[in-house]
Amino acid sequence: MSPAADTAPAAAEAAEPLLEVDDIHSYYGKSHILHGISLAVGAGEVVALLGRNGVGKSTTLKAIMGLVQPSRGRVRFAGGAITGLPPHRLARLGIGYVPEERRIFRLLTVIENLRTGLDRHGVGKERKKALLDKVYEFFPVLAERRNQAGGTLSGGEQQMLAIARAMMLEPRIILLDEPTEGLMPRMVGQIREIIGVLRRDGVAVLLVEQNVPLTLSASERVYILEKGVVRHHARSNELHADDGIIHQYMGI
Amino acid sequence: MSRRPSLVYWTGFAVILALLIVAPLVLPEFWRRFVTEILIWGLLAMSSDILIGYTGMVSFGQSAFFGLGMYGAAAALLSVAPPNLWLALVYGLAGAAAAAGFVAYFSTRLRDIYFAITTLIFSQIFYVIIFTWTAVTGGENGLTFDRPALAVPGLFSIRFTATTLHWFVLAMVAGSYLVLRRITQSPFGMVLQSIRENEARTRAIGYPVERYKIVAVMLSGLFAGLAGVLYALQNEFAAPDFVFFLVSGEAVIFNVIGGVGTLVGPIVGAAFFLLLREGLSRFFTEFYLIPLGAIFVAMVIFMPQGLLGFMRRWLNQ
Amino acid sequence: MTASSTSIWAFEIWGFEVGVPLQQVLIQTVNGIVTGMILALVASGLTLIFGIMDVVNFAHGELFMLGAYVGVLTMAATGNFWLALIAATIAIALLGAVIYLTTLRPLLGRDPLTTILATFGISLVLQNYALWQFGPVARKIAEPITGHFTLFYLQYPWYRVVIALISAAIIGGLWLFLKFGTWGIWIRATTQDRVMAQAMGIPVPSVLTTVFAIGAAMAGASGVLFGPLTAVDSSMGVDWILKVFIVVVVGGMGSLAGSIAAALMISLLEAYASLWVSPAQAVIVSFVVLILTLLFRPTGLFAATGR
Repeated sequence: MSPAADTAPAAAEAAEPLLEVDDIHSYYGKSHILHGISLAVGAGEVVALLGRNGVGKSTTLKAIMGLVQPSRGRVRFAGGAITGLPPHRLARLGIGYVPEERRIFRLLTVIENLRTGLDRHGVGKERKKALLDKVYEFFPVLAERRNQAGGTLSGGEQQMLAIARAMMLEPRIILLDEPTEGLMPRMVGQIREIIGVLRRDGVAVLLVEQNVPLTLSASERVYILEKGVVRHHARSNELHADDGIIHQYMGI
Repeated sequence: MSRRPSLVYWTGFAVILALLIVAPLVLPEFWRRFVTEILIWGLLAMSSDILIGYTGMVSFGQSAFFGLGMYGAAAALLSVAPPNLWLALVYGLAGAAAAAGFVAYFSTRLRDIYFAITTLIFSQIFYVIIFTWTAVTGGENGLTFDRPALAVPGLFSIRFTATTLHWFVLAMVAGSYLVLRRITQSPFGMVLQSIRENEARTRAIGYPVERYKIVAVMLSGLFAGLAGVLYALQNEFAAPDFVFFLVSGEAVIFNVIGGVGTLVGPIVGAAFFLLLREGLSRFFTEFYLIPLGAIFVAMVIFMPQGLLGFMRRWLNQ
Repeated sequence: MTASSTSIWAFEIWGFEVGVPLQQVLIQTVNGIVTGMILALVASGLTLIFGIMDVVNFAHGELFMLGAYVGVLTMAATGNFWLALIAATIAIALLGAVIYLTTLRPLLGRDPLTTILATFGISLVLQNYALWQFGPVARKIAEPITGHFTLFYLQYPWYRVVIALISAAIIGGLWLFLKFGTWGIWIRATTQDRVMAQAMGIPVPSVLTTVFAIGAAMAGASGVLFGPLTAVDSSMGVDWILKVFIVVVVGGMGSLAGSIAAALMISLLEAYASLWVSPAQAVIVSFVVLILTLLFRPTGLFAATGR
């Protein structure tokens, strides 16, 4: 499972998508949040979920990651059923998760945060060092601050740490939940770059965002959600930020 | 609190009350005392339910209130001759209320686990004071005294027999139950339950949550103290053992076994526990707590709604 | 201040003559540190468990007591104290794991009340089990190191100093374990954010079991260490559990450093108090400290967040 540097989407993936979500429903207490979400992400693809607040975008990611148990429906990953598996198994299978609010371990240092993903079975010292070096190359500021407590980092730096931490798992897909939330506008470009880097590395991304321009420029396909269902599905280059559809579902 | 058709409920209540009234007349001495004890411990557990079941505050402080009720009654019965029943009640309740006020002041601002631990420690504070202040409390040996007569000064004075004492206890416990039932169904009780459900929201609506909690603790303390007084009357002694925190633990156990938030549950729980203890100690002698403790733990895991909750679901099927 | 041969430090406060028996104070300081270190060891285990899974382990005192009994049995079989210490640590760690897996793991998602009740029930079971198996007569664990040194006018047993050092070593070892090493990171991460720890692939269920076992092991080891200082009987745990709770609340629940500091402080204060009152009354000191803490710093006197 080495993250090969793919230059083009592999044709072989046409058989079965890397991640497949099939009609999942979920509840929060009595509230019916997801009313049957279905989507798919191919290997190395960047796919986005757009929608207003509260439509179930984050919940979809959580359901995939096993943090929320779907009451109905299935999730398949890399050819196997993963519905109902505990999150730590999914992380080991190759799904990385970067939540809203980042949730880095505030009292652990940067390097310790990274080690939560790095310290795994079957990963030798050489490979660990290579992974760390790679991440320090992408995010030099993390290298500088490697022995600082996570809580002392700025918002943007914490976002980078959260993504870097997920990358330590050498995942095949990263679930990225609202990475630009709470960040200064000039960081949006940085996020776009990071997504590009992931893509180049062959890591698929399922991106949840409210920032439409970023989403359309960084992703290949986009699903638009409303009230817990997928309302629209298109290739990102077929949509523009000022399209009627965007206005309709994003209310902007 | 389930909504039962009033007729069925009151009929059931009347039947059980009748059974309990008749009990001392038909049961042998041992079992007669046993039933009376069930009532007293049931009352203690019921007082715990106000906090745990209705306000959502886990308290291990019952033994302090129970103990002060007991010793308060002892003080009254030892200081006045002839021993006066009503004075015993007054002293006991006052003592318990004072203890409750003290505990409430310190503990109610704390949440959850801290509250539980603090009430536990306060129980022990009272235990240590009672245990070491030998001059006043008799220390380890406790106090013994005579049972007072049921007297209204100037009108009549009847000595208690085992049967009439049982009826007196029954009257007190049944009365307490009815009073508590009334309180928990009143607006005040509704606020308590709202605190249990969502304290932050109750506070946000504008209720002075701390004050309600303090009243809840004092209410709980009063009835626990009453149980202490009754115990003193029944057994004619007061001992520090009953102020040890394990007694609080037992009250909570009865409460949970029977079903929290039901008022009746705790009495059922007390009966169940004491009967089980009686039965198990025939086989396991003094180590009955090993199987009993195991049963309790199993119930916490598998029957968290308690016996009442379990029966309710079973009946509804 | 002169350290005279009568070694009373006399001075005046507001017209009253106050005599502080200096030598006794120093002796009590040593005693206080010794019991404080053992208390710290027991409290650390409880705090570790609470910090990571929000469980207040009522049965912790019984784990302490059973550790002492395992020590008694091992001593009877082998006569070797150090073997007893190791045996108790391992045995109680296993017991802890079993208790966690059978009764606490099923309760994890639920109301915290249920774990308090469950551990309370377990403590009753364990207490009476010990009473049943070992009887009411207290046992003794012999000191591994006899011999005294002269501390002022006393022949002070070396052993007491040794247990303080061993306790400190164990706590130090725990600190190192938590600070470095993969499991240390896993434990700290899980304590801070259990959900994200899972999302990072940390085997959280195993981590929780392990932490409970470690906490239990520390209690068990304390039992053996404390054994020679006192009689071993089934109610040992009950006497300690309250003090441990007080220490943990005063120190700040979930704070390892806080528990240790609070343990030492309370033990020292109690040791000094017992110069003037009986030991049974000296416990009031810990109650007073608790009340003061609750009034003025309810989150704990030494509360640092986390760890």
